[in-house]
Amino acid sequence: MAETTIGFEPPAVVLAGAIEEPLTDLASYRAVGGYAQLEKARAMSPQDVTELLIQSNLRGRGGAFFPTGRKASFIPTPDKVAKPIYLTVNADESEPGTFKDREIMLRVPHRLLEGCLIAAYAIASKHVFIYIRGEYSREYEVLEAARVEAAGAGLMGDVTITIHRGAGAYICGEETALLESLEGKRGQPRSKPPFPAIQGLYASPTLINNVETITNVPKVLELGAQEYAQLGAPPDSTGTRVWCLSGNVARPGAYETPHGITARHLIYEIGGGLPEGRELKAVMIGGSSFPVMTPDELDTPLDANALGAVGLFIGSGVVTVIDDRTCAVQFALRVAQFYMHESCGKCTPCRVGTRWLVQFMQAVEDGTASENDFDTVLDVCDRIIGKCLCVLGDSAAMHVASWITKFRDEFRSHLEHGGCPFGADSSLANLFAPVDQHHHTPVPQEVPV
Amino acid sequence: MSLVSELRAIGEQYPESRSAILPALRLAQERYGWLPPEALVEVAEALDVTPAYCMSVASFYDLFQLERAGEHMVEVCTNVCCGLVNAQAVLEAFERELGIAPGETTADGSVTLRAAECLGGCSTPTIVAVDHRYRQSVTPEDVPAIVREMRVNG
Repeated sequence: MAETTIGFEPPAVVLAGAIEEPLTDLASYRAVGGYAQLEKARAMSPQDVTELLIQSNLRGRGGAFFPTGRKASFIPTPDKVAKPIYLTVNADESEPGTFKDREIMLRVPHRLLEGCLIAAYAIASKHVFIYIRGEYSREYEVLEAARVEAAGAGLMGDVTITIHRGAGAYICGEETALLESLEGKRGQPRSKPPFPAIQGLYASPTLINNVETITNVPKVLELGAQEYAQLGAPPDSTGTRVWCLSGNVARPGAYETPHGITARHLIYEIGGGLPEGRELKAVMIGGSSFPVMTPDELDTPLDANALGAVGLFIGSGVVTVIDDRTCAVQFALRVAQFYMHESCGKCTPCRVGTRWLVQFMQAVEDGTASENDFDTVLDVCDRIIGKCLCVLGDSAAMHVASWITKFRDEFRSHLEHGGCPFGADSSLANLFAPVDQHHHTPVPQEVPV
Repeated sequence: MSLVSELRAIGEQYPESRSAILPALRLAQERYGWLPPEALVEVAEALDVTPAYCMSVASFYDLFQLERAGEHMVEVCTNVCCGLVNAQAVLEAFERELGIAPGETTADGSVTLRAAECLGGCSTPTIVAVDHRYRQSVTPEDVPAIVREMRVNG
């Protein structure tokens, strides 16, 4: 598999040295220069470290692509605030199709920790929380073992790193829900402002970054801001991405390449194309929160601006290949069921709207919807987007609406057939969703008179 | 050390003890196998919150079991990436092998079967978490052996 991940200039950044074998122990990470950048950073002023991040134009890899250095610069300096300053790392990876943070934690846990310590130094934080999704058992153990080893080697300085395990809730990947959860509450988003940089964890200034973003930080120092900024697709999509290639593709995997590669290259050159001679139908690009990509968009460079120009998003680096056996309605239905299950219930447009999306998709799949319903559901999508505290509902609406607009003929053919034209041949036929297994209070068969 | 003191020790690792509620509920669940009312009382006592508060938090998160679950937990990812490959066939193989539907526990109380949302193992579908440990690239043919192994390990 290794030959498919190399052959790019320059080589891997985030996964450097860990393509063949993971770098889990301190000695092997040190052997590739590990923790040298921490030492370099601590010899600089914190402001200079932040300035380097700004110059590199490193941007958030969790989905929002916000400039990392600028975000760090929003954190007040300790002389301006009487409270502790916190760094929180978002390792609550749960977006359908996303598995890069898991690979990073398993393969280069020390590079993540080194990034945490450098970022903590830049914002003068003494306490780092890594919020890791509750389902990740092995990943937690690997990361915790690395933390213990790094602490034992005296690398922490005066910083404490706590690895905090979630308990199964996609919404806790939303930054303010994550903070609520970390404070020991139900994971429901807060209204913004105030932004976490001013009032985050325990109402203190808090910087929140994704795992992959933080793991880039040592490499920004190693290469220097100018060199890092020339990687990938400058000026805005600098550096590399660990792409999450999955679905109907011969060689799925986490592949790191510079930004600006095309989905066609990823799927056909690196991924070996579609198995069994199937045709490409669509690509879930960026994640389930964004519009779906059609085959005519395959040559769009995977950089935020080029994708944005055609209404697509880079998201968390998801590239899920969907072949021609797949029913578009079933795909949209399953994604809608995911969001209905994961809506925290706080904002009405999301709580109710995601349920309506499921009901509509089910009616189309069953062939009982009508042509007018297409416009009604697109109207429902409009009434979710931008109307909630967080973007969970927006995500559901954007993704589902994209299937309706880009595959409207297929939706219409369900109505004409009085059901799914694929019958049992779709790869997603009858796919069971967790939202259907929740227990409901049984209704008594006979009510006593 | 009693469970309450262990739970209190977790609370002391955080600037505010209430932050420890997820790890505390996790530990209590590991001890009891699920979260019975007495577990919520112990967590509440250790972290200086009320049992009702513990219930409100526990009921929000998927990993907490508020009803008695089987000794073993099988979770099959049925989100789209596993779904595109073979997730439904894997889930149905477990249903056949165990004789239960997703969300149910076998009559002898040994195994609970659940469908799960994306488990983050999309490059090795289908992901099945057996007692919270991931099995990768599971096919329907693998299912009888997985069930046998669970039953042998009691």
